[in-house]
Amino acid sequence: MSEILTAIEVNCTTGEVTERPLTSEEITQREATAAEFAIKEAERQAIAEAEAEAKASGLAKLLALGLTEAEANALIK
Amino acid sequence: MANTFAAIATATAGSGGLASIQFTSIPNTYTDLCIKLSARTTNAYFRDSVEIRFNSVNANLACTFIIGQTSTVSAGPASVVTVEVEGNTNNANLFSIGDIYIPSYRSSNYKNVSVTYGSPNTTSGSNAIGMTSGIWSDTSAITSIILTSASFMQYSTATLYGIKNT
Repeated sequence: MSEILTAIEVNCTTGEVTERPLTSEEITQREATAAEFAIKEAERQAIAEAEAEAKASGLAKLLALGLTEAEANALIK
Repeated sequence: MANTFAAIATATAGSGGLASIQFTSIPNTYTDLCIKLSARTTNAYFRDSVEIRFNSVNANLACTFIIGQTSTVSAGPASVVTVEVEGNTNNANLFSIGDIYIPSYRSSNYKNVSVTYGSPNTTSGSNAIGMTSGIWSDTSAITSIILTSASFMQYSTATLYGIKNT
């Protein structure tokens, strides 16, 4: 069974509240927004993972040079 | 400076969730508008977007945003104005706080919008904060505001306030 997407519409002049299914135009817009967000989120996660990997690699190299973990962490914060 | 807030309308997502919250026929008796949002979506993300549109027009929006999440800060221009809220990957029962401010919504000039938000989370590193400065390059008075998400989770709430000097 497909999901029924709904909108709540509040008429701010009369106070009338209407709950109705999304129109086809609204569904198309919503899907486009979701697709754009998914791309940006994947990019953000890739950047975060790359930064974490670089940080771990840098920490390992500093430890190999003889720094203590506290000293190395202080440098890469 | 406008200084008196009056609650105009509130919308809350019921048990079936909501894809869109729409404030229509906004009275022209205020100087500024403000929306206070408490929201979480059903999408399986730490952070999800709620898009803001005016008068059902999907054009002429431009903004600059900055978002901090975990150790990553992202920023840039965009052609949509959003509030970033908790997705459903975050710890249960936590809702984001969003604040949308629109000065001079009846003006025949272009409309400014500022957005701030925060997503508290008990898991360190998953909190997100951000702000957006946007402009809607349209000279029409704003008569409706639409907030669209993947799906607002039950209990998500938006309240529209009108602001004036008296």
